[in-house]
Amino acid sequence: MAEAPLVRLDSVAKQFGTGEAAVRALDGVSLAVAGGEVVGIRGPSGSGKSTLLNVVACIIAPDAGLLALGDSVVWQGGRYQVADLRSLRRNRIGFIFQFHNLLPFLDATDNVALAMTLAGAELDAARVRARGLLHFLGVGRRAAAMPARLSGGEAQRVAIARALANDPPIILADEPTAALDSERARTVMDLLRRVARERGAAVLVVTHDEKIFDRFDRMVALRDGRIDEAA
Amino acid sequence: MNLALRDIRHRLGRFLITCLGVGLLLGVALAMVGIYQGVVAEALALTRSLAAELWVVEAGTRGPFAEASRVPGDVREIVARVPGVAAAGSITLRTAEMAAPGRIIRAQVMGYEPGRPGGPSSISSGRGLGGSRLEMVADRRAGLALGDTVTLGGDRYRIVGLTRDLVASGGDPLVFIHLRDSQDLQFKLAPPAARRAAAAGAGGSGTDTVNAVIARLHPGAEADAVADTIRRWKHLAALTDAEQAELLTRSVVNRARAQLGLFTVVLLFVTAVIIALIIYTMTMDKLREIATLKLIGAPDRTIAGLVLQQALLLGLAGFAMGAALLFAVRDKFPRTVALGPAEVAAMLGIVVAICILGSIVSIRAALRIDAQAALGG
Ligand SMILES: Nc1ncnc2c1ncn2[C@@H]1O[C@H](COP(=O)(O)OP(=O)(O)OP(=O)(O)O)[C@@H](O)[C@H]1O
Ligand SMILES: [Mg+2]
Repeated sequence: MAEAPLVRLDSVAKQFGTGEAAVRALDGVSLAVAGGEVVGIRGPSGSGKSTLLNVVACIIAPDAGLLALGDSVVWQGGRYQVADLRSLRRNRIGFIFQFHNLLPFLDATDNVALAMTLAGAELDAARVRARGLLHFLGVGRRAAAMPARLSGGEAQRVAIARALANDPPIILADEPTAALDSERARTVMDLLRRVARERGAAVLVVTHDEKIFDRFDRMVALRDGRIDEAA
Repeated sequence: MNLALRDIRHRLGRFLITCLGVGLLLGVALAMVGIYQGVVAEALALTRSLAAELWVVEAGTRGPFAEASRVPGDVREIVARVPGVAAAGSITLRTAEMAAPGRIIRAQVMGYEPGRPGGPSSISSGRGLGGSRLEMVADRRAGLALGDTVTLGGDRYRIVGLTRDLVASGGDPLVFIHLRDSQDLQFKLAPPAARRAAAAGAGGSGTDTVNAVIARLHPGAEADAVADTIRRWKHLAALTDAEQAELLTRSVVNRARAQLGLFTVVLLFVTAVIIALIIYTMTMDKLREIATLKLIGAPDRTIAGLVLQQALLLGLAGFAMGAALLFAVRDKFPRTVALGPAEVAAMLGIVVAICILGSIVSIRAALRIDAQAALGG
């Protein structure tokens, strides 16, 4: 990819705890993901995969290094360079969380529509688009269901629809196919690939799922917070 | 999309139960306000009903409510002749126990002459006192019905009329009898020694004593000026109705008022603390949802709005429930619960203020919640 990367990390470090209990969750990670690229992140449990995504999503502040999203440097020199992280999060990042994180008091449609109204969309238009997305992801019949009534796989797909709702240039997904059978898993990955191709989004996906490894442009392996070049 | 309402709808039962709890608390607070107002209203009920503009009492006293007062019966004629006075009437006032079948009723007995100032301004059923003696008009609070008889000072009185909401400052119902009956009663109920002295003394003047003379004035007459004229009689003092009302609220029921007022303030303070705690608990119950909102980029204003709107809904729904409950049972209270639109509106304002102030702590806590709190399983 010749274009400037949409996501760039330079020697990012993140440590949890201090002294004896200190954990180096990220230990000098450098990574660049261009628009249109679908990058997989794998590694053993505790290797720092989720931490990496959370740093990119500005949910966890790194300790050192540099984070840039698109043209703007977001974190550098010990602090965020952007005042409104949440505006950045709702407008430029779509995050599919490991545990879905749907709001229990909104039905599937409104969980998706909320993300759009927070970004300034009209409610009615947002609902129409939300239903379309849910339908596309194969959960159209569950559009009016409350999250507590959804199966793990259905909830996962509603969460994916929410992440895609605002057409974000950066899509982060933490084990998005963990609760899905292999056919659904491939469908979801194909969808993410399509979003990357058609909209030029940068897609970063954490996964353990070997069945879908062939769906990535590139795999990055993490081990003890470092990129494992050998893998 | 209103998140506050959606969340409430999601756990409606729990929210309604919380509202009911807040409602009971606010109902009690509202009742206290009503009882506080009721003490004042009760203290002034009699003077308002009598519609007197001037109270003539014994010199050196501030009677007949704040202090005992005795004036000779002929003072009424003196007062009636003072320029500016349209009508004057003698009254007696004493607390007595009356025997009704099966029970004893403590009442404030007021004697007056029908046709002259001193009677109740309105009778809610039956009629006022007529020409014959041993008749009584009683307030409904005494629990008597038309035609009932009660024994007072050895005489049997028949109830001919009923009034509404006329009570003495202590809460005892008022009953009205003929002035002559009340003077006989005064004599009969006096201690034996005083009775002997009166019988042996200067004949009629011993029993022709009243507690006060009340006067209504001609339109345009200045109450203060007429009072000044009356004060020239060395054995008389005069109070305007405004002074009498001031005395009743400032002096006669002052302690009760201060006690209730202080208690009301304490209760409102407790209510505020409890509502603030409930709002805080409601907010912390939503910790994960609030963290999720932050994860998907909801601005602080959305989160603060969620907390504040739910706090206000809680307060308003609770207030509505509390007020409805109180109005349903308020006639069962032994004393007046005086709540007009002004008191209800003021209380509503206080509740809104409590909810807004009570949510400040919760909003600050909600804004400090870390988005990472929603990331765990
Ligand atoms: N908030 C935190 N506080 C303390 N330690 C943390 C925190 N988050 C992660 N860690 C630690 O950092 C390391 C990396 O965690 P991370 O969640 O990134 O791993 P992971 O690769 O996503 O694992 P998994 O595959 O199990 O999800 C782990 O040792 C974890 O215990
Ligand atoms: Mg993880």
